[in-house]
Amino acid sequence: MGYELLIILVASLTALACAIPGIFLILRGIAMMSDALSHSVLLGIVLMLFIVGDLSSPYLLVGAGLTGIFLVFLIELLGKTKRLPSDAAMALVFPALFSIAVFLINKYLHNVHIDTHMVLSGEILYISPKDSLILFGYNLGPKPFYTMLIILLINISFIGVFFKELKISTFDKQLASTIGSHPMLMHYFLMAVVAITAVGSFKFVGSILVTGLMIAPAATAYLLTDNLFKMLIIASIVGVVSAVSGFYLADFINSSPTGSMAMMTGVSFLIAYIFAPKRGLIAKFIGQSHQKDALARKILLTHLLHGEDDQSSKKEVLSSIQWKERFVDKILNGLIEENLVKSESNHIVLTDRGKKLLNELRSLSPITM
Amino acid sequence: MIEYLTDVFSNYTLRTVILGTSGLGIVSGALGVFAYLRKQSLVGGVVSHSALPGIVIAFLVTGSKAPSVLVLGAAIAGWLSMLLVNMITRTTRVKYDSALGITLALFFGTGILLLIRVQMAGMSKKAGLEHYLFGMAATMSHENVLVIGGLGGLALILMFVFWKEFKVASFDPDYTKSVGFSVHLIDTIITSLIVVAIVIGLEAVGVILMSAMVIIPAAAARQWTNRLSLMVLISAVIGAAAGVGGTLIGDSGHHLATGPLIVLTATALFILSLFFAPKRGMAIHWIRQWKRKRRMMHRQIPALLHDLMERTKTKDDGWTIDVIRGLSPYKSGIDRVLNHLKSEGLVQQANDLWFLTQKGVEYVGIDSKDHGG
Repeated sequence: MGYELLIILVASLTALACAIPGIFLILRGIAMMSDALSHSVLLGIVLMLFIVGDLSSPYLLVGAGLTGIFLVFLIELLGKTKRLPSDAAMALVFPALFSIAVFLINKYLHNVHIDTHMVLSGEILYISPKDSLILFGYNLGPKPFYTMLIILLINISFIGVFFKELKISTFDKQLASTIGSHPMLMHYFLMAVVAITAVGSFKFVGSILVTGLMIAPAATAYLLTDNLFKMLIIASIVGVVSAVSGFYLADFINSSPTGSMAMMTGVSFLIAYIFAPKRGLIAKFIGQSHQKDALARKILLTHLLHGEDDQSSKKEVLSSIQWKERFVDKILNGLIEENLVKSESNHIVLTDRGKKLLNELRSLSPITM
Repeated sequence: MIEYLTDVFSNYTLRTVILGTSGLGIVSGALGVFAYLRKQSLVGGVVSHSALPGIVIAFLVTGSKAPSVLVLGAAIAGWLSMLLVNMITRTTRVKYDSALGITLALFFGTGILLLIRVQMAGMSKKAGLEHYLFGMAATMSHENVLVIGGLGGLALILMFVFWKEFKVASFDPDYTKSVGFSVHLIDTIITSLIVVAIVIGLEAVGVILMSAMVIIPAAAARQWTNRLSLMVLISAVIGAAAGVGGTLIGDSGHHLATGPLIVLTATALFILSLFFAPKRGMAIHWIRQWKRKRRMMHRQIPALLHDLMERTKTKDDGWTIDVIRGLSPYKSGIDRVLNHLKSEGLVQQANDLWFLTQKGVEYVGIDSKDHGG
């Protein structure tokens, strides 16, 4: 397997693995949990390093996973004291755990090669195709590929098995507890999945990209669809596209692939934010101006009656209505196009169709003229 | 001790660092209160990370690594990130914390991209831009302190100028509108000041740890008081104490980075506050709960014995502690309460059996009359 292809594969698998729990994080309004988890796993890695003394040991991941669960537990515990809001509890706990980790690294591990920068930017570039998984004497290929594949499979089976429970507990917590599907248990399951994913991915992609890959593709999908299943599909695609385009961008300008992938997740969101068919800024702006025009046409139609014989000159219209001339022209043209009024020797005259519509409007409206 | 103090104050470098860290502790402590009260605790993390591209761009544009230049770039980028978060939450259904995460990834990703680009081009050793990721308090320069003092002082002065507006906006945004303040303008001012508080500390304690410094002192101060003015004061003091404490501990040993130590000192002060603050402290809360429980048991156990006596219509039957425990809603501490009741002469014990005394019967009667049956 080529080096470039391997990195793209690992990054894509990571993007897929992150997109799945990400959807539920953003729907539940606990998106920043991914940030907290991906930072605090460093402590677990450091503590495990003290025990096993080997940077490449898989136990480091176990340690990281345990800290993830510990973090969730601590945040819940602080929340239960009711002495501080839940966002403060989160904002407080993870820097504390992270500080302990950095402190321990500086104090005791300054000889070991553990790079705190790794936490932020990951080391996907240092993945070696030679670091192979060897099972029963067969060389199965690069290890990182399998790590991420296994995590992705765990996440997919988690969603597959608990899709209904997750859905109910996300959208209607009360219903979930009445029908006995244990929303709190679902919460912990989800957190465990997020922790496993964060732990598995952050070694390659760093904590910020984990946050980016979990939140941004999910939020992008959230702008594009209302269907949970479609959201999963869209988020997965957006995640993979961000990762791959980010890789090539970094390759092109000779810079950090993880930084550029993180940036691309944000850029994907911005694109959807501006161009999404129903919820994008442009669609919203157009929708608003359509509504405004439609209302303006109705208002203008009623104003035309101020003249005698259902007709007025444009001057009269302009003096009775405080709009800019250009806007009046635009709305009048709209009315003429719809065949509601016609222009006759400098006068604007209601057509039969216009009169009919006006009568309908009057019968609906409580305002009499 | 005095020797140690004179030592500290005659050491120029250490004095500079202490001035700097305590200064940023005061500023981030005081302004962090508003982030805390407005449920924007996570803003710190986002602003501090999002400042990175601003720092690198400021360096690329000016070619200077002067703290004042880099802080300006950081402030602009941090401020823009908050603008984006507000835009996303205002115009879409995407939730606030998702908007935070997206902005964080976008800005910080861009920052890393630019930073590594600068490093690859071989310009970064000169720039020392990496400090902004993890902080380097021990090498704080005179100019760093001037930036902290100048910008931080300005932010604090503005806080006092807009005190009334900030106060209303933190507790009752609707009221703010009705008395004629522009909510949007005040929001913008508060956010801008918080951004300033965060970016001035980045070089000293780094991105991740600075986000903690705007929230931990405020969360600790909240435990001590319900008054905004006092909370700001206490939070500033705790911030300063964390700055000084962390710096001194860091100075006392080798291989100790000051940034994490400042955060850990602040965390320790928070834990102390959480447990031992008067009124709101957990310790007081637990003691109160325990006392209430004991008071309830004091009433309930004699009543239970009386009830059993009435039912069996005998006066010399006693009951084992297991029976009492089985019938009582309280499962622990029963033996202690029984012994206490015995010392008051309300119950007596023979072998393993417990009886209600005559005095105990009267006590139950009075008690039930007192409490309406």
